[in-house]
Amino acid sequence: MSATIADSPRASDRPARRQPVALVFCCTILGAGAQVLMKTGANQIAHPGLLGMIANLPLMGGYCLYGISTVLLVIALKDGELSLLYPVIALTYVWVTVLSFLIFHDQINRWKLFGIALIVSGVGVLGKGGRR
Amino acid sequence: MLLVLVASIFGSIGAAFLKYGAQELHRGWLHLFNWRLAAGVSLFLISSYFFVLGLRPPGELSVLYPMVAVSYIWTLLWSRIFFKEPFTRQKMIGLLLIVAGVCCVGAGSR
Repeated sequence: MSATIADSPRASDRPARRQPVALVFCCTILGAGAQVLMKTGANQIAHPGLLGMIANLPLMGGYCLYGISTVLLVIALKDGELSLLYPVIALTYVWVTVLSFLIFHDQINRWKLFGIALIVSGVGVLGKGGRR
Repeated sequence: MLLVLVASIFGSIGAAFLKYGAQELHRGWLHLFNWRLAAGVSLFLISSYFFVLGLRPPGELSVLYPMVAVSYIWTLLWSRIFFKEPFTRQKMIGLLLIVAGVCCVGAGSR
């Protein structure tokens, strides 16, 4: 949310320019949360099959987060360019890599770190108020 | 591998439909439920189905991640064709960095 406030002086001269990027940013955090919940749910599936999936709270929570994140993406796309916003979704990889390290103790290595740095800088380039 | 390529194409078309449907929102929030958005979400579901099929052995996540990044390139193409969004140097550089980054994360997931 702080990003929106920080953007407001700029937003006045070019309305709805950076706000969509901030929205997609929120999307990626929700999307990563969804994936972590799904992984948690998948780890504890007792009864395979549809009923077991529906009774699985983390899994369903994950799907709900995905739903919310999709709605946010659509709101962002209303005013933003698709070609600019869609690649920003790759930030999800960054959060998932960090979260799976923290929560599931998946190992993190040089390749992943380097990849994260590249993705973040790429998103930085896209997010920098577009010069056409 | 081919399955995931198919998944990436479906996913990118899904994104294009989301954009197409999102433009309806200019007419009011009630237009959140329109067939274009529904089509976009359905295409995403189809895409994830193919993705999961591709993940079955011997599919490896490290190989499949980069294929997902390819969907960003498709999306750039659809944006240009259907929404007349210009290619800019900024988008090219950003996309290149992101695709390279996703490939690296994939390489690290072996």
